[in-house]
Amino acid sequence: MPDLDRARLLDLYRTLCTIRRFEESCIRLYRQGGIRGYLHPYLGEEAIAAGVCAALGPDDYIVSTHRGHGHCLARGGRLDRMFAEITGKATGYCGGLGGSMHIADVEAGNLGANGIVGAGIPIGVGAALGATIRGESRLCVVFSSDGAACHGTFGEALNLAAIWDLPLLLVIENNQFAVSTTVDKSSRLSELHKRGLGYGVEGARVDGNDVAAVYERAAEARERCLAGDGPLLLEAMTYRHAGHHVNDPGDYMPQDQVEHYKSRDPLILCRRRLAEAGAPESEVDAVDAEVEAAIEAALEFARTSPEPDVDAFVHQLPP
Amino acid sequence: MTAAAPPPTEQGRTLLYRDAVNEALRQEMARDPSVFCIGVGIGERGGSYQITKGLHAEFGPKRVIDTPIAEPSIVGAGVGAAITGMRPVVEVLFVDFTLLTMDQVVNQAAKFRLMSGGKGSVPLVLRTQGGVGDSVAAQHSQSLEALFYHIPGLKVAMPSTPYDAKGLLTSAIRDDDPVIFIEHKLLYMTEGPVPEEEYAIDLGVADVRRAGRDCTLVAWSNMVPRSLEAAELLAAEGIEVEVIDPRSLVPLDRHAILESVRRTEHVVIVQEAVRRGGVASDMASIIQAEAFDYLDAPVEIVAGRNTPIPFSRGLEQACIPQVDDILAAVRRAVYA
Repeated sequence: MPDLDRARLLDLYRTLCTIRRFEESCIRLYRQGGIRGYLHPYLGEEAIAAGVCAALGPDDYIVSTHRGHGHCLARGGRLDRMFAEITGKATGYCGGLGGSMHIADVEAGNLGANGIVGAGIPIGVGAALGATIRGESRLCVVFSSDGAACHGTFGEALNLAAIWDLPLLLVIENNQFAVSTTVDKSSRLSELHKRGLGYGVEGARVDGNDVAAVYERAAEARERCLAGDGPLLLEAMTYRHAGHHVNDPGDYMPQDQVEHYKSRDPLILCRRRLAEAGAPESEVDAVDAEVEAAIEAALEFARTSPEPDVDAFVHQLPP
Repeated sequence: MTAAAPPPTEQGRTLLYRDAVNEALRQEMARDPSVFCIGVGIGERGGSYQITKGLHAEFGPKRVIDTPIAEPSIVGAGVGAAITGMRPVVEVLFVDFTLLTMDQVVNQAAKFRLMSGGKGSVPLVLRTQGGVGDSVAAQHSQSLEALFYHIPGLKVAMPSTPYDAKGLLTSAIRDDDPVIFIEHKLLYMTEGPVPEEEYAIDLGVADVRRAGRDCTLVAWSNMVPRSLEAAELLAAEGIEVEVIDPRSLVPLDRHAILESVRRTEHVVIVQEAVRRGGVASDMASIIQAEAFDYLDAPVEIVAGRNTPIPFSRGLEQACIPQVDDILAAVRRAVYA
């Protein structure tokens, strides 16, 4: 049983809460027409990004997915520039050119969300390879999913990381659905972390809703990867609170399962841990209020930010 | 960023095309520690075409990396390394095999600069080779430059001489955007002047390979020597052909092509790739839009037939432009 100190737990809770309120705000904004395009909320899965990213060093890389807002925020992404990007404003992380599925902040070690399932795994291998060639001690975390684990890149890229002993932590966020296909229909092997064995890569499973457990596992994995043990697989078990994207009602998700996982909501579990660690409820409530205020300010920033300049964009294009 | 290229000299040292590629790799790796090579069998063996010969011994296994046969992820690893500050040169043995890597090339490498709001870049070179060889059949003979030409965010270079191969590859490696560098299997053993010192030929600068007043012939890669051969034969008939090698298709030196067409008033474009949806068709559309009033005849295109390349030698050769096809097209244009 993880035994984290109160300050660390409170930090983790702050990240969980930030991602949760961010996603809720995005969904609200989407329904009001303030966000266009596709939106894949991370609701219910927040503990994975929060726990893993808290275990990283400042020079480490992350590679994200189409369901990537949580990874970006947990890696230190600013709320205002995130909202601005997702609403297509010039002040967004990518000047409004990327959008929800393509947020990247290379300087901060966030090599980008990705609209193509599985495509980020070899990219992460390349980042770890480059760091190794330069002789730098840097971990690359690739967030993937049960869906990506059935993609060709998963096997290919994991094999490359294995033969080169790269400092790569491949996280499988097993939310048990690839869009709508259940993992038992996608894979004969239900424990996806065991796929690593075929490549000589050790894997482990963790409760992906328990941010403290994820944090501890990730910290341990980071140490081993950087010590030269090569890549590791971490399968974090979780569940979406809703459908694949904001317009998917998720009818195919059994209601009892949804209820079960909602009762094991990452925020509830973390609050329980905080109580066990002796944190008074008022201290936790104060974090909620603080996040709420930050969200409001960031939304206002995005709302009042300018649109990208169309003429300037068109003008710089080649003939 | 690029140095002015010294002109090739007829007297000076000569190299094989494949060795010129090798020299560019060696010099760039020596100059810049962020440059590394990665691909199937490129290490101790030096690659199937000996392009990376000696590099493994000189720079070691960390910078000349052998891989399993996993093209999509090898290119993907190149993209990830490039995003994080390296300058990978990824070898994909045949352009036919680049089809396996298209997600990483098209959806990742080509788009990252834009998607990141211009704050990220992918200084990656994808080196490959294409074209019809000696009966290597349908899956090892294609000319696929149009696929890459079509994708915004990629540059495409196709050298036809050893001199250009070295200078263009040097530029490609120093470029901050992904460059698809397509060599030709039949050019590897051709020889030509190559200065020993480092030099870079800017992408987007065409070379007038032969001056002429009567007709402009635009050709690239292995169609350049074939067009020069045709030009010599036509000269004997009194037709002076100007042969222009764009050297890179993206960026394309429109100015050089249009300037020549405005002088000669006739133009023939020669591509080995199949006719349908090819680069030649796009060039023809640029020429008719920009130089319509100067044209004395329709733009002629000599191109591969719209078929997969058959194995048997006679059938194979019937599918790609021959010197006679070029001669006929020039005569049609000039005597129209």
